[in-house]
Amino acid sequence: MKGFKPDVVGKEGWFYSEKVKDHFFNPRNIFKTKEEAKKYKADGVGTIGSPVCGDVMKLWIKVDAKKDRIRECKFQTFGCASAIASTSILTVMVTEKGGMKLEKAMKLSPQDIMKRLGGLPERKIHCSVLGDKALREAINDYFRKTKQSERIKEEGTKIIDKALKITNRDIEEAVLDGAKTFEEVQKRTKIGVQDRNCIPEAKRLIKHYRQKHFGKQG
Amino acid sequence: MQRIYLDHAATTYTRHEVAGEIAPFLEKKFGNPGSFHSIGLEAKKAVNSAREKIAKILGCSPEEIIFTGSGTESCNLAIKGVAFALRKKGKHIITQKTEHHAVLNACEWLEKEMGFEITYLDVDKFGMINLKQLENAIRKDTILISIMYANNEIGTIQPVKEIARIAKKHNVLFHTDACQAAGFEEINVEKLGVDLMTINGSKIYALKGTGLLFVKKGTKIEPLIHGGAQEFSLRAGTENVLGIVALAKALELAQGERKKEAKRLIALRDYLTKSLLAKIPKSILQGHPSKRLPNNANISFLDVEGEAIILYLDKFGVCVSSGSACTSHSLEPSHVLVATGIPYEIAHGSIRFSLGKRTTKKEIDFVIKKLPPIIEKLRALSPVELSKKDVGR
Repeated sequence: MKGFKPDVVGKEGWFYSEKVKDHFFNPRNIFKTKEEAKKYKADGVGTIGSPVCGDVMKLWIKVDAKKDRIRECKFQTFGCASAIASTSILTVMVTEKGGMKLEKAMKLSPQDIMKRLGGLPERKIHCSVLGDKALREAINDYFRKTKQSERIKEEGTKIIDKALKITNRDIEEAVLDGAKTFEEVQKRTKIGVQDRNCIPEAKRLIKHYRQKHFGKQG
Repeated sequence: MQRIYLDHAATTYTRHEVAGEIAPFLEKKFGNPGSFHSIGLEAKKAVNSAREKIAKILGCSPEEIIFTGSGTESCNLAIKGVAFALRKKGKHIITQKTEHHAVLNACEWLEKEMGFEITYLDVDKFGMINLKQLENAIRKDTILISIMYANNEIGTIQPVKEIARIAKKHNVLFHTDACQAAGFEEINVEKLGVDLMTINGSKIYALKGTGLLFVKKGTKIEPLIHGGAQEFSLRAGTENVLGIVALAKALELAQGERKKEAKRLIALRDYLTKSLLAKIPKSILQGHPSKRLPNNANISFLDVEGEAIILYLDKFGVCVSSGSACTSHSLEPSHVLVATGIPYEIAHGSIRFSLGKRTTKKEIDFVIKKLPPIIEKLRALSPVELSKKDVGR
């Protein structure tokens, strides 16, 4: 993948970029305590992941209803440095410059987040693919609460991995990203780590998308 | 910044006395032990004397010691070497689930590629195998039992003498991986009753890239590396004279000091464990409460992830390791912790502290002071709220 830092120690003798380190050690838009999080009145909340897999992300949003923009975004993450850093930067991206339009926020991709972080080591990419999903969950939650059900967009078209809510669209994106095998798709998405039942279906889809995008030799 | 190294189970530095011992072999005594001239002879003498020194420590004869390139290589030689030599007698090997990958992956390869059958014994919540289960697993075609002496992640010490007795009773060979144990435990092969034993240099203050395999006289074993007749034709290649001399010196020192050093480290280890468990709620000690390596403390902190803890500690100069999936190359958390029955969500938040010769109480005090606020900060950031009951501990 273009622009991605290889999985080696950088110039500073550190595994992660300065930006990742900054957002890991000084995460933005967080709560000081768990109690503060519990008391927080949000317009929409979204959670994704499972502690079993080693990553859980939870996002709270406050929405400026008139402007249809995100006005505040808070987060909690259980996970490694890149998981924490990628959620932190996501909250910055959606709240800066007067807040992101909901339509745009719904379309945010893991690639957008990674680009903003200045890349992640190859084997850390799967840690950053959950933040955008948690955000969509939070926005959908807001739509539900404000009776704008026509604006709700469920994840992809079909959920394949039930534990992590990974969809056929995610698999397609991974294939387009260069993943050739199930293992490579798993590295990017964490598919099948917990929900092992989905593996045969996932393998079938990978084959399908390989053929769709890269012809029969895929 | 002051740095506190608590990752001695990963590797140790080369201790001063060892560095002194090997210095002449860099520029002066550089010969090939296979050469017939005086410079070669010097090197040969050094290798011979190292072998004799180690033989004395292990209570065996010098011909029973094979120098290799690592603990991993020794384990591979023991397992594949015996498997190839005895494949006509039987194709069944018994090992257990918390072994190092050097053992597990060698066994897996024999299983997949060579048609062997492997029994991977379960362990209890402390990481201990069950001797009855072991004995019941032995079949007519069992040729080898490979059970580690002490675990590298949780420090659990297996009952090696009892395992050896069972193996002998059923006429099965027994290999033990003693890489982590060699610095602290009894390694006299006669007292232990083992047929094969792996030790390496990088865990006992010698050099990386060095190891040895004890092979009891009469044990049928095939070499993995073919070439010259070095190491009694069991491991071809010019001897790593430097590494061999270092290994002998380090082992001699370690075994001489082991009782005193174990006592010192146990006190420090228990102080660390007790303090952290008392200061940090929802923390759990992994491994056996008493039958564990003097230098190992493995503690799980609920609701947080190991890599994050490592990086925060590293910021303060404290070097530790973790059983979390994020620090491994796989997506799975530590196979050792999982084998002890703890749920994945806890394995992700486990930290291994492994103490060493230079570890002081002052250093431990520093960790006890710095870690609680780190866990508190990461917990405030975490959406997960497990309780000890949820996880069955």
